[in-house]
Amino acid sequence: MKLSREEVQHIALLARLGLSEAEIEKFRIQLSDILENFEILKKVDTNDLPPTAQSIALQNVLRSDETKPSYPVKDIMENAPQREGNCFKTRAVLE
Amino acid sequence: MNDLHQLTISQAHQLLKEKKTSSVELTKAILARLAKVEDKVHACITITEAAALEQAKEADKSISSGKIKPLTGIPALIKDVMCTRGVKTTCSSKILENFVPPYDATVIEKLKADKTVILGKTNMDEFAMGSSTENSAFFPTLNPWDLDRVPGGSSGGSAVAVATDEAIYALGSDTGGSIRQPAGFCSVVGLKPTYGRVSRFGLVAFASSLDQIGPLTKNVADCALVMNVIAGHDPRDSTSAPYPVPDYTKALIPDVKNLHLGIPKEYFVEGMQKEVRASMEAAINKLEELGAKVGRDASLPLTKYALAVYYILAPSEASANLARYDGVKYGFSFQDTNNMWEAMEKTKQFGFGAEVKRRIMLGTYALSAGYYDAYYLKAQKVRTLIRRDFDQAFEKYDALITPTSPTVPFKLGEKVDDPVQMYLSDVCTLPINIAGLPAISVPAGFADGLPIGMQIIGKPFDEETILHVAFAYEQSTDWHKRKPSI
Repeated sequence: MKLSREEVQHIALLARLGLSEAEIEKFRIQLSDILENFEILKKVDTNDLPPTAQSIALQNVLRSDETKPSYPVKDIMENAPQREGNCFKTRAVLE
Repeated sequence: MNDLHQLTISQAHQLLKEKKTSSVELTKAILARLAKVEDKVHACITITEAAALEQAKEADKSISSGKIKPLTGIPALIKDVMCTRGVKTTCSSKILENFVPPYDATVIEKLKADKTVILGKTNMDEFAMGSSTENSAFFPTLNPWDLDRVPGGSSGGSAVAVATDEAIYALGSDTGGSIRQPAGFCSVVGLKPTYGRVSRFGLVAFASSLDQIGPLTKNVADCALVMNVIAGHDPRDSTSAPYPVPDYTKALIPDVKNLHLGIPKEYFVEGMQKEVRASMEAAINKLEELGAKVGRDASLPLTKYALAVYYILAPSEASANLARYDGVKYGFSFQDTNNMWEAMEKTKQFGFGAEVKRRIMLGTYALSAGYYDAYYLKAQKVRTLIRRDFDQAFEKYDALITPTSPTVPFKLGEKVDDPVQMYLSDVCTLPINIAGLPAISVPAGFADGLPIGMQIIGKPFDEETILHVAFAYEQSTDWHKRKPSI
């Protein structure tokens, strides 16, 4: 399984991950190599098998619908890279 | 008597209880030890000296009023992947370099409630992705048994801290071997609990269906003491199991009569170092002498698929979890643009290191349209088979014995540019996370002065049996008493 440059760029776009030219080439080779190691799974017959998402059989864990105090807004905002008052400041989504 | 920093939890507890030392005295001794060896091994990212001494004073007050629990006043270090209120939690990543959590992880709350003393945070592979602690964005941690070698990873800082007496115990996290492999490489005890046994609330997420927090300690009895505190249901983690927690110290029985131990042949892989094989054979003979019935023909035929399954599932979950680092709410944020998408892309480009990017790419690919069925869904189905493999083995055996790693610690730089080789160093530990089982690594020998670890794997929620086997083995050997000369 050899990835093309375009495929690497497409995956990076899906992940919204910026890559340098050097990284695109490095990952193209390394990811191709790793994907080749995944080919082994084709040998396993998995017809009619259920997938396992996690290993303990807990389902539909619910909590009671009660309001509780949240963390103080001040503490949460402390980590904001950019803020205006108690709002996170970000760039325009629509121009 | 040992120097104070050399004490185990139970020894230190005894002295505190008898008022032969104080938590302040103990904490000062540990801080002095840290000052002495930290420049050589680089195990810590943050040391909170003033806060630790404050907590030690509080612990001493509590002890004078007659309130003392096994971890009260005992100094510990925490892997920098668990949120600590008011103390930076970096995950060894540039993207979280200045992140100060507004809350404590549940495990931290529990340790604080028992008045343990938190000394600071330990180095790790960035976002717990790695097997050598070389993927830290800040600096590598060195193995105290040979400073040219890696301590293992991703909880390398925690393992080194315990090995060098920089802490009486430490917490780590384990997604594919990240507690056990460094424990093996540094000759300390490391336990990965059953998935769901310990709350993951406040543990920065890497692969949510595989991650577990666990102890790194100087011996097996200490491991049981820490488990007694951190295990248990937490309503804030809906994957934590609502089952009662036993007293793990009751499992510390010095013989293994009536236990049936299986040796899965697939774990004695090609390419396994001959000294590791020899140590395992000696350890298995020892367990037999101690009364265990040993099945040398146990088999887990699906083992050869575990590496591929893991490196599809873990990166897939990681790519979803790490999408949150968009530079808006916290963490590093690229500012030099007015374009929203460019800001997000550059934030990740400059905030994440090579291994994290590699896994985001891998996971995004495995989850993308057209490949989801062939990779992610296929891996989840093979996961079902791997779990059944173990279930079948456990119909016959009480626990399974394998090496923790196929080799002794490797040299710094040796595998850093070869991801496939690096991934192979976790070949004995990954399947256990895939199946969600508990497993412990205990010191089991040395090859030319480099540590070898033995892994004991248990049934789901049966940490007691693996602690039992580990304790019996430890009591009959001296490996855990050897210390690196540093």
